[in-house]
Amino acid sequence: MAINKKIKELQEKREKVLLGGGEQAIEKQKALGKRTARERIMALLDENSFNEYDLFVEHDARDFDMAKKSLPSDGVIIGSGTIYGAPVAIFAQDFTVAGGSLGLMHSRKITKIMDHALEMRIPLIGINDSGGARIQEGVNSLAGYGEIFFRNTISSGVIPQISVILGPCAGGAVYSPALTDFVFVVDKISKMFITGPEVIKTVLGEEISMEDLGGARVHSEITGNAHFFALTEEECFDQIKRLITFIPWNNGQKAMAFEPREPKPEYNINKIVPEDPTLPYDIKDVIRSIVDFSDFFEIMELYAKNIVIGFGRMGGRTTGFVANQPLEMAGVLDVDSSDKAARFIRYCDAFNIPIITLVDLPGYMPGVDQEHAGVIRHGAKLLYAYSEATVPKLTVIIRKAYGGGYIAMSSRHLRADFVFAWPSAEIAVMGPEGAANIIFRKEIMSSDDPNGTRKQKIEEYKEKFANPYVAASRGYVDAVIEPSETRKFLMHSLNVSENKIIQMPEKKHGLPPF
Amino acid sequence: MKINEKFGVLNIDTTLYKTRISSRFSNRIPYKPVDPHLILSFIPGTVLDILVKPGQTVKKGDDLMILDSMKMQNQLKCNIDGKVKSILVSKGDRVSKGMVLIEIE
Repeated sequence: MAINKKIKELQEKREKVLLGGGEQAIEKQKALGKRTARERIMALLDENSFNEYDLFVEHDARDFDMAKKSLPSDGVIIGSGTIYGAPVAIFAQDFTVAGGSLGLMHSRKITKIMDHALEMRIPLIGINDSGGARIQEGVNSLAGYGEIFFRNTISSGVIPQISVILGPCAGGAVYSPALTDFVFVVDKISKMFITGPEVIKTVLGEEISMEDLGGARVHSEITGNAHFFALTEEECFDQIKRLITFIPWNNGQKAMAFEPREPKPEYNINKIVPEDPTLPYDIKDVIRSIVDFSDFFEIMELYAKNIVIGFGRMGGRTTGFVANQPLEMAGVLDVDSSDKAARFIRYCDAFNIPIITLVDLPGYMPGVDQEHAGVIRHGAKLLYAYSEATVPKLTVIIRKAYGGGYIAMSSRHLRADFVFAWPSAEIAVMGPEGAANIIFRKEIMSSDDPNGTRKQKIEEYKEKFANPYVAASRGYVDAVIEPSETRKFLMHSLNVSENKIIQMPEKKHGLPPF
Repeated sequence: MKINEKFGVLNIDTTLYKTRISSRFSNRIPYKPVDPHLILSFIPGTVLDILVKPGQTVKKGDDLMILDSMKMQNQLKCNIDGKVKSILVSKGDRVSKGMVLIEIE
């Protein structure tokens, strides 16, 4: 039959294009410890779930002898598939084809799948592995980037957008990941920067390797551009799949519900927190003692460790956690931790995920470097994010909640729905030492035994104010609870606030202190 | 948390907290007030020309040096009235950011 001949023709055409940049280029890619674009898609999506589009797209550039060059699929693979049954749209740049460079048709394929993701209200995953703009295509390349950035912005807060950096991502190209919700990087493979080492050397005379300038570690520990760090591509894909289970497909839905499971008994909430508020402990153990199956999925684990953010489930439902970490820098708020937490709170709010805040902090970090780095502006982000969020907001004050830090950490005054405090909570303008030194300065100075008087006044202050009952007497704290009652109170509060509705004044948009 | 981990101490509002200290905090450069007697390179670049000599009397606003950087020729001006004590670089030198170029007394 004639149709059989045509089918054979299609099969041949497919085979030719499926090889991408050819065997040599594929070998080169493998030598770098990288998979090909197609292998990556297959590894990430459910088996046999990938539907590819635009396989036969070709560029039509004519300058610089480009007419003679054939670039299979124009260096990018697009399509849709599923992860644990959840539909996702995906693109993967193919470094074996012209270095994954972005030309006009390459960008049109990406924007096509982005439009598709937004219209279908499904998550978008972008795998970046590209040398940058295809210089031969000139301004058309730049136009392509602009069209991508615009769609990233319009889709922001509507569908989850995930960027996976599995190769170089330089110059303008970095701004697409920067506009998305979560950025995944892999050690030694990911490289992101605006200007590379060569330009920096020519212009400024500073020498630095690509890895030290914009490697995976740099972006996970120093810049905060990356949210998830992995040692291998395989580990990275596992992280992405795990994330997908915690987030909804779009802003009109809630995340998938799971079977509720009790926390593991080895996390004993009564034994984690030392009574002395100056001693450290790992706040993640407290989170694990509260969430389903003690399963906590941390985000930005290596950046601004003095605050912990991530997802867990309460009674099977995804919940966002924000918690001060007394183990790192005593859990102070500073420029980076405010920035980190504020963005996460806005993420949860955009995607209908309730927020549980665990409070134990000495306040904001003092210092010239902090003030000059803009701790006023960055610290304000946290106030803005909590105030603006209309998802259920639950707060547990564990020990210290001093000064501005008390207000910022989802206090009643920023419209937390439920505020609980443990008996060990100290809700006050500052720590007893600092407060006594100021309030009783005269008495201490004029005393025959200043040290003795100071100690006595500190004790007096502790007795009177370093507790949860002053705040409870004003209704700023709804209930003082035993640590072992925490999960029960939180689960109940989440059930109660399932249908929470808050009317905000009409506006085009607010002006968060970016 | 490791067993028997050694912690640092962080002072917040005169209370001392036992905690891990970040490398960023321990490596921070303590703030020093600007010394008007030191002329520093505010940007990395190349010394294109030196317009004064040691011992020369200078006034506030006088041009001291031309620093070529980012394809721009930057005039470095004197902040105070005084005398050139020493010049620590020569014409053609590449300098990094924050280097002392000239001392005024």
